[in-house]
Amino acid sequence: MKYVDEFRDIGIAKKILKDISCHVDGEYKIMEVCGTHTQNIFRYGLRQLLPKEIKLFSGPGCPVCVSPTSFIDKAIAYSRISSFIIATFGDMLKVPGSSSSLEKEKSKGGDIRIVYSSLDAIGIAARNPGKKIVFLGIGFETTIPTVAASVIEAKKNRINNFYVLSGHKIMPPALEALLEDKKISIDGFILPAHVSAIIGSVPYEFIPNKFNIDCVIAGFEPLDILHGIYMLLKSRFDGLKPRVRLQYTRVVKRKGNRKAIGLIKEVFRQTDSEWRGLGNIPGSGLVLSNAYKQFDIEMNRKIIVSRPKENPLCLCGEVLKGLKVPLECKLFGKRCTPQAPVGACMVSGEGTCATYYKYGEGGLTG
Amino acid sequence: MNIITLAHGSGGVLTHKLIKEIILKEFNSPILRELTDAAVLKVGKNTIALTTDSYVVKPLFFPGSDIGKMAIYGTVNDLSVCGAKPLFISCGIIIEEGLEVDVLKNVIHSMKEASFVAGVTIVTGDIKVVERGKCDKLYINTSGIGVMGQNIKLSIDNIGIGDKIITSGSIGDHGISVLSAREGINFGGSIKSDAAPLNKLISKILRAGGVRFMRDPTRGGIASTLNEIAEDRNFGIIIEESSILVKQGVYAASELLGLDPLYIANEGKIIVVVSKDSASRILRIMRNDKLGRDARIIGEVVKKYSGKVILKTKVGGSRIVDMPQGELLPRIC
Repeated sequence: MKYVDEFRDIGIAKKILKDISCHVDGEYKIMEVCGTHTQNIFRYGLRQLLPKEIKLFSGPGCPVCVSPTSFIDKAIAYSRISSFIIATFGDMLKVPGSSSSLEKEKSKGGDIRIVYSSLDAIGIAARNPGKKIVFLGIGFETTIPTVAASVIEAKKNRINNFYVLSGHKIMPPALEALLEDKKISIDGFILPAHVSAIIGSVPYEFIPNKFNIDCVIAGFEPLDILHGIYMLLKSRFDGLKPRVRLQYTRVVKRKGNRKAIGLIKEVFRQTDSEWRGLGNIPGSGLVLSNAYKQFDIEMNRKIIVSRPKENPLCLCGEVLKGLKVPLECKLFGKRCTPQAPVGACMVSGEGTCATYYKYGEGGLTG
Repeated sequence: MNIITLAHGSGGVLTHKLIKEIILKEFNSPILRELTDAAVLKVGKNTIALTTDSYVVKPLFFPGSDIGKMAIYGTVNDLSVCGAKPLFISCGIIIEEGLEVDVLKNVIHSMKEASFVAGVTIVTGDIKVVERGKCDKLYINTSGIGVMGQNIKLSIDNIGIGDKIITSGSIGDHGISVLSAREGINFGGSIKSDAAPLNKLISKILRAGGVRFMRDPTRGGIASTLNEIAEDRNFGIIIEESSILVKQGVYAASELLGLDPLYIANEGKIIVVVSKDSASRILRIMRNDKLGRDARIIGEVVKKYSGKVILKTKVGGSRIVDMPQGELLPRIC
């Protein structure tokens, strides 16, 4: 397929891998922030192709994983009200709340519908005027503009039974909070591809400036990822000053997508937000702005849920910070599996633990 | 497992768990325990095969096929992959109150056409109507009886190191066709379901000799079927990503929706495990048939990685292909 196969070419992959090998000058720890990077690194078996000095860690970039249990508990509580319909992306279904999941609630008769876009939820609202439709707003800057556009659409068309339960999060404050942890030692970041398509590279400049760590914004294809790793290694090898470099130039512009940023700013405002495994991070979440608060379900009908308990053995917090790998967790693959996830990282297909489990890190030994 | 979720019907890990922990605990006949696509039974001097399958696909009609054709072809294929010649089909239909008669007529007509194409006869049946909202338009159950060919013993036990894995064509067409019809998404070009009766192709393959085992990779895709073959065995399976045919539209849809074509359902494909010596001969025979025109050797049985399925990726890496973990797309078959 055009624009895809070119980025999966084995000949070019071999050439980049050779260039990577020539620029290794000792251990290099890389954190890929985004879950799609993690998934593709495993999906294409890239880890085994890289020199052993290069260590890859996965960061907090899986939106489903970092949504706290309290968010799921609220969604479940809304789904139990008979006049409510929950509209959600499919990967939220399995996420465990304190005592149930949306999948279980659906089996018990809750009206929970899978949508592929927030606009589909508006369609459901228009067809069900007697019901309140709650769209579960999950995702980073990539998804947020589409939700913002849907909210504007709902306002324009006076669809007053459409609501958002906003669990949206933004990436730069989370990275800053992560780097404030003194235990973390990372030589370079592979920054998210599609989040950066929206926000550009400027919001990450604090990483090299304040923390002296190199960054590359790389695409999701295997050659993009390998090229990004090469750019990081070459930068240190050549003794260059850390900065945010752009590999994914075909999609990402330094200043991002102004229209999308404008939509986010119009519809949402920043707030503190709870991240599973990382705790409360100031300014890292978004809720509907005053002009659109009529679409905020929590303004319309507030639900209080009790603070859930996390399993003390779960290492997700450390995994999300790149301090531990899933195989070091006592629960991994035993009490915590994709069918019965205990921690955040096992929940979504893009979570670090789920990816390790699915693609069998360490399992290729025969 | 205190309530049933859609994931229990996905054909993946939870379906297998449900079958093992609940069904086989009570229904413990040695024939059922083999969990083959059809039961092979001795009746007097004859050996017959018996299978059953239910069809709940939504929507009822989608590009390339419909629930009626699937109900015939699916059952025909389940008999055929066990080495049987399909002969007779039963048909149970559950209808939701309020269904337009024309819809039923179209489904029945489609089943008639499909049974003609497959060379089987519908010989018995049943109709039930349930209250509105108690089923979704129309569900079909079909059972099928076939006679086993002489000296045919297809079994995973026959598989040995060095055997080759052949697929009869592109993968994922059916799942994406249903998904695009249901969601009204057009993935650039029309992806049609591959639903087709494989009995004629399979009988040609069986005549060639050298076949160890075959299965039609429906729900759960080729990932599920290959895992069922390798599970708990002292061999592994290596497949090559670059050898697996994925049509442009399926590829595009998978990229867009984050699906892996290895896990998407097919309704007119077979995976055949053959001896190394017969591989090229069988491949030639398959390619001479319309339904096997795009047949390819996609991998082989190896000593390493026992019990596992490994994919060699396009960029030269390798990874495990596991059993599907949960619901991929609801109600595609």
